[in-house]
Amino acid sequence: MQEYKLKTFPRGGVHPAENKLSAASATRPLPLPERVVIPVVQHLGAPAEPVVQKGETVVTGQLLARGRGFVSANIHSSVSGKVFRIEERPDASGYKRLSFVIDRQGDEWDPSIDRSETLRENIQISREEIIRKIQDAGIVGMGGATFPTHVKLNVPKGKKADILIINGVECEPYLTADHRLMLEKSRELMVGIRILMKALEVNRAVIGIENNKPDAIELLDNLAGKDEGITVQPLKVKYPQGGEKQLIKAITGREVPSGGLPVDVGAVVHNVGTTFAAYEAVQKNKPLIERIVTVTGKSVKEPSNFVVRIGTPVAGVIEAAGGLPEDTGKVVLGGPMMGKAISKLDIPVTKGTSGILIIPDSEAHRKPVQPCIRCARCVSVCPMGLEPYLLMSLGQKQLWDKARQESVMDCIECGSCSFTCPADRPLLDYIRLDKMRVGELIRKEKKAVS
Amino acid sequence: MDKLLTVSLSPHVHGKDTTPRIMMGVVIALLPAWAVSVYFFGWSALYLPVLSVVFCVLFEFLIQKYMLKKESSIKDGSVVVTGLLLAFTLPSNLPVWILAIGALIAIGVGKMSFGGLGANPFNPALVGRVFLFISFPVQLTSWPVPKGFHTSVTDAVTGATPLGLLKEGMRNGEQVSHILKQVPDHMQMFLGYMGGSMGEVAAAALLLGFLYLLWKKIITWHIPVTILTTVFLFSGLLWLINPANNADPVFHLLTGGVMLGSIFMATDYVTSPMTPRGMIYFGIGIGLLTVIIRRWGAYPEGVQFAILIMNAFVPLLNMYVKPKRFGEVKKNG
Ligand code: SF4
Ligand code: SF4
Repeated sequence: MQEYKLKTFPRGGVHPAENKLSAASATRPLPLPERVVIPVVQHLGAPAEPVVQKGETVVTGQLLARGRGFVSANIHSSVSGKVFRIEERPDASGYKRLSFVIDRQGDEWDPSIDRSETLRENIQISREEIIRKIQDAGIVGMGGATFPTHVKLNVPKGKKADILIINGVECEPYLTADHRLMLEKSRELMVGIRILMKALEVNRAVIGIENNKPDAIELLDNLAGKDEGITVQPLKVKYPQGGEKQLIKAITGREVPSGGLPVDVGAVVHNVGTTFAAYEAVQKNKPLIERIVTVTGKSVKEPSNFVVRIGTPVAGVIEAAGGLPEDTGKVVLGGPMMGKAISKLDIPVTKGTSGILIIPDSEAHRKPVQPCIRCARCVSVCPMGLEPYLLMSLGQKQLWDKARQESVMDCIECGSCSFTCPADRPLLDYIRLDKMRVGELIRKEKKAVS
Repeated sequence: MDKLLTVSLSPHVHGKDTTPRIMMGVVIALLPAWAVSVYFFGWSALYLPVLSVVFCVLFEFLIQKYMLKKESSIKDGSVVVTGLLLAFTLPSNLPVWILAIGALIAIGVGKMSFGGLGANPFNPALVGRVFLFISFPVQLTSWPVPKGFHTSVTDAVTGATPLGLLKEGMRNGEQVSHILKQVPDHMQMFLGYMGGSMGEVAAAALLLGFLYLLWKKIITWHIPVTILTTVFLFSGLLWLINPANNADPVFHLLTGGVMLGSIFMATDYVTSPMTPRGMIYFGIGIGLLTVIIRRWGAYPEGVQFAILIMNAFVPLLNMYVKPKRFGEVKKNG
């Protein structure tokens, strides 16, 4: 194998145990669920507006709800069957969301969707058509941020992107969905990258992959040689390298200004899952109705990667990996650093669910909070150059204005500070509180101005 | 059946560092210096630090239990470090009752009166030590003589440290070069063969502890290296300007409490700045003050005062010296 020069982001970061237990498990399709629950909001932005009624029969891939406004996303049916109910159901965040409850009957697809495995390389449509197709397909950032992809592809007037960065970092411990995707769908990914490059009108794309995935680096590097302008950049393992700002910094050396967007420094970042979804949408006419989900954890019988239809209850996915272990204490959607703990297993898999992590009871509880010893570890690991100990104490004292001056809104909620604090202080909990209050202040000010 | 699942906010994993582990690391880093001290000063250098720890633990326990009526924080281990450091700044022939008073002041005044670990502005061990130094000047400045090899030099340093000899001699108008003839040479001092406090004498052993602290990532290089560099450069400058009236910079580095102070006292988390840049300013301040006190002050050694003075500036440094924010928008172009 050839020698690579490794890059990484310069400031802060931590090294949690990687625990990629499911890395060698090839993706398998999950048996279809009897019933799916599909919320009308699985993305950042406005909820989609239902276009089918209770009692209607739908096919796989049919539009269920249309994105409302620009920053929103279409929602499609992931199975064929009958809409049993449209009602409020809790999602991973614990909030109730309007959801389609669909009882599956068979698996009949919308006939316009190309379900074959044939690789389609030629991109025949224009930039505008690409973006429209991606918007129609309801694609959102699949790394977990769930920001609507078509919005990111519409570069605001007066700004210009010159580089597309493909995020194959997967820096969260345990998760392997992106890793498997890069290994199993490498050719499709390359087409997906060219689609996104065309949409953004850039002639350079870099795939960032941490060097704990040498097989993916080598495979994509070999393929990328054939495509104009696409290269692979191996990265040193460090969390949170998959953070948009950190990844841009690592690869280009450019720093997204505080409060700004990646495109302010000419970069646009898309996750590999999103890129693959773009390929399927544009070349296969397939909306976003399924995704790869890693089911993992130290006590899980068979840590696995499944192709899961959106709306499948978490319990069903866990069942396929050998069932819920006896010693389960916590179930997290996403990775251990940024994922959300859920209280019930009937929560559905949505577009942003990259993994289901099952944590044994012995590791599920926080330790008692100790006094801050002012060791400065939180300051030195913060990738955003913040002072978490200070932001926490400002939160405790409810000094929101001060917290705002100390740049609390720049926090990317990576959790490195809480992870590292030897006194087990809940730094990020308080920082989230700060951000919420400061966010309210900012909104109030904006209203007062307008 | 629905299991009862724990729900909490991310992150759901935690690193290995804990306060007791860090404190344990500091204790390990102090062991080489302790061993050298026992080698030179004998049994009292073994049991006095142990007693000091016992006193400190006892006082912390009693104060928390009966005065503050709070849960005990002994388990975090910081009190063990304070106990050891306090003993390390004291002579090995100190009466035990004076040691006990020092421990009471260190813990009661230096730590608990401010609210315990994390809230104290001054290094508790130094608070104890400086209190004793002011209250019992005689006992604190009669230094035992290192036993072992080379009795001839030993006789010359009876009852005083090299720094003490320097100050005394200069007060009497002696030439520095003449004074320095009476103290051990640099190599001997490097290995700890001189009069002094229990934990201060062996620069080599303290540097070994420094390497251990760096290796275990318990501290960063910033504070010790800036203090030592500042002391070296500043005292070196004075020496170059007037060698007759100033001791050479290596002498300044190897004598007194500079090594112990810069590696173990000034780096105390609670009482030092939070950012690397703040640490550098802090270190420069300590270095300058140390040399100034040594050269022009009333006392032969200045590092303890220098650290305490700079401790007082830490809140200010934390307020004004910020880490570089990611993507900071430049204010003036
Ligand atoms: S890491 Fe924890 S103990 Fe250390 S300074 Fe930050 S909050 Fe305090
Ligand atoms: S303050 Fe925010 S950005 Fe910084 S380490 Fe903590 S969670 Fe990450």
